[in-house]
Amino acid sequence: MSVIAAPIRAKRVLPGFTLSLGTTLLYLTLIVLIPVAALVLKGAEMGPERFWRIVSSPRAVAAFQITLAAAAIATVFNAVYGVLMAWVLVRYEFPGKRLLDALMDVPFALPTAVAGLSLTALFSANGWFGAALHPAGIPVVYTIWGIALAMAFTSVPFVVRTVQPVLEDMDPALEQAAITLGARPWAVFWRVVCPAILPAWLAGCTTAFARSLGEFGAIVFIAGNLPFQTEIAALLAYIRLEEFDYNGASAIALVLLGFALVLLLTSNLLQFWAARAREGAR
Amino acid sequence: MAISISGLRKRFGQTDVLRGLELEITKGELVALLGPSGSGKTTLLKIIAGLEWPDTGRLEVDGENWLELAAQDRRIGFVFQHYALFPHMSVRDNLAFGLTVRPRAQRPGKAVIAAKVQELLHFLQITHLADRFPGQLSGGQRQRVALGRALAIEPKLLLLDEPFGALDAAIRRDLRRWLRGVHEATGSTTIFVTHDQEEAFELADRVVVMGEGRIEQIGHADTIHDHPASPFVARFMGATVELPVTLQAGRPEAAGLDLQALARRALPDGPATLFVRPEDIRPVPDSAAPWRIESRMSNGAHLRLVLRHATGAEAEADIPRRAVQAEALAPGASVRLRVEAGAIFPAERQGTAATTVSQPILKLESSK
Ligand SMILES: Nc1ncnc2c1ncn2[C@@H]1O[C@H](COP(=O)(O)OP(=O)(O)OP(=O)(O)O)[C@@H](O)[C@H]1O
Ligand SMILES: [Mg+2]
Repeated sequence: MSVIAAPIRAKRVLPGFTLSLGTTLLYLTLIVLIPVAALVLKGAEMGPERFWRIVSSPRAVAAFQITLAAAAIATVFNAVYGVLMAWVLVRYEFPGKRLLDALMDVPFALPTAVAGLSLTALFSANGWFGAALHPAGIPVVYTIWGIALAMAFTSVPFVVRTVQPVLEDMDPALEQAAITLGARPWAVFWRVVCPAILPAWLAGCTTAFARSLGEFGAIVFIAGNLPFQTEIAALLAYIRLEEFDYNGASAIALVLLGFALVLLLTSNLLQFWAARAREGAR
Repeated sequence: MAISISGLRKRFGQTDVLRGLELEITKGELVALLGPSGSGKTTLLKIIAGLEWPDTGRLEVDGENWLELAAQDRRIGFVFQHYALFPHMSVRDNLAFGLTVRPRAQRPGKAVIAAKVQELLHFLQITHLADRFPGQLSGGQRQRVALGRALAIEPKLLLLDEPFGALDAAIRRDLRRWLRGVHEATGSTTIFVTHDQEEAFELADRVVVMGEGRIEQIGHADTIHDHPASPFVARFMGATVELPVTLQAGRPEAAGLDLQALARRALPDGPATLFVRPEDIRPVPDSAAPWRIESRMSNGAHLRLVLRHATGAEAEADIPRRAVQAEALAPGASVRLRVEAGAIFPAERQGTAATTVSQPILKLESSK
């Protein structure tokens, strides 16, 4: 989202419009556009037939399916849990609230490999949680659930941090008005709170989903990486690269890029819609 | 609905917000809650609405204990200070909210709701705004929608928190008259909060003056204006000039003050404080008097004189600019102060805040 927002924001806040815009554009070009362009060119080089053959190979398709399914599970989980977390952080006072608030950023700050290692340690057959889950017949490590778990861990802040400010800004009088008009708690939530946080929530979920599709470090440790079973697309691209199959790697990467772009576009549209709705509300 | 409040107390953390309120409101009455910022007006209103709960005290409405009743079941119309319209709903949907949100068994049919909303739109004279969103309305229009939304559930009790606070003077006056009309048309008991005296007096049957979590005085506009019950009310009602006097046989006396116009009163002899509005002070040129005019300002219609006593005490007087003696009242002139009306309270003992002890209502006949 910052890809599009940065130059617009710079224009308003920073002095020296040309300079700041120029810097931003240069930065954007070096860091984002050139690598993306290189990837696209690489993909174009191989031609559509070859590209299609690679991305529709059974192993690649399986990898995409696993990635999408796990990301969907993780996003559904985060969609619920993230809102709950934001709600708790905004609406309740309790000891350790600030600490919890700060902890919410840990998935952003923690190297994903570290996250993957600790999750694996916790959920493996003899880890703290795994020891309880395994006998109960719920293996997490080396299954799609493990992948989803790692994805959920790394992407939950996206939901929390987009919903939280909107909840904070909400006028408590809105809910009180609904209550005096006879609305029960659920009705207040569905009819007043939900519409207010919906755009931010959708945007947060989309970003979280995009992040999950691209997650790599946290997953490779916990997934087991069995082709056709627990091999994610990003890993497959990595394996192809290791085999010096540049075309194979970039074709898969291109598909992931496509997904990510579509999702980011969606997220931006949702935020644009939200901003417009909020302006309308003033 | 008849409301009976007694012994109502509420504290937020360390602050006593309500310190034991007693209040009776009869059915169909229009009552104003008047008081300075932070005196607990909103808190009282919210307790009546069920949005806050008192620590102790009773709240009975038509004999029913409302402290056991959830806010949703009180059927109150509450108008919030900043309207609190639902931003994502059209005016029509805002008005319908209280009806559509009812449990299915009590919910009127779609057509009934639509008809009711139409009727409200017409009554509020905002039919042309029905499909707009709150963001597209002016302050006055939002105010109407907020009131309409509250009226839609046909409340027997209407609570308004500074309903005109954010509007400009002309619209305030219009809406005031209009609210009075609504009150008369619906016959609902109405309580509204304001810190504008004029608004309270013009609109309300009775005015409740609150100060620091207490009810300082309840009464009609004239009574509160002429016979403030406490120094707090006197100050709040604009008697900002405080003059030390001595009471002797019920008559206040002080050097340089002409207090003939004030009636005798049943107060013990001794030091007392006279509370006067600047417009009730007439400076009269008198070269032997201890007051001196320090400065003179005009706001067009009135002259405001700042007066200084030989001992350093200060007073202010407002006189019509066209008054004859205005010429003689130049800065530097010595004057005697004729007080036309005022309230007298025994002098505050050192170290005690007299505003917090309840005082007997003092009779003061002004000879205006
Ligand atoms: N939720 C709260 N938590 C803590 N203190 C509160 C809370 N609500 C109100 N107060 C305090 O209670 C006191 C009275 O507040 P209240 O809102 O009732 O005043 P008010 O008379 O409505 O004032 P105003 O005219 O400014 O609206 C204030 O000192 C306020 O700081
Ligand atoms: Mg208030």
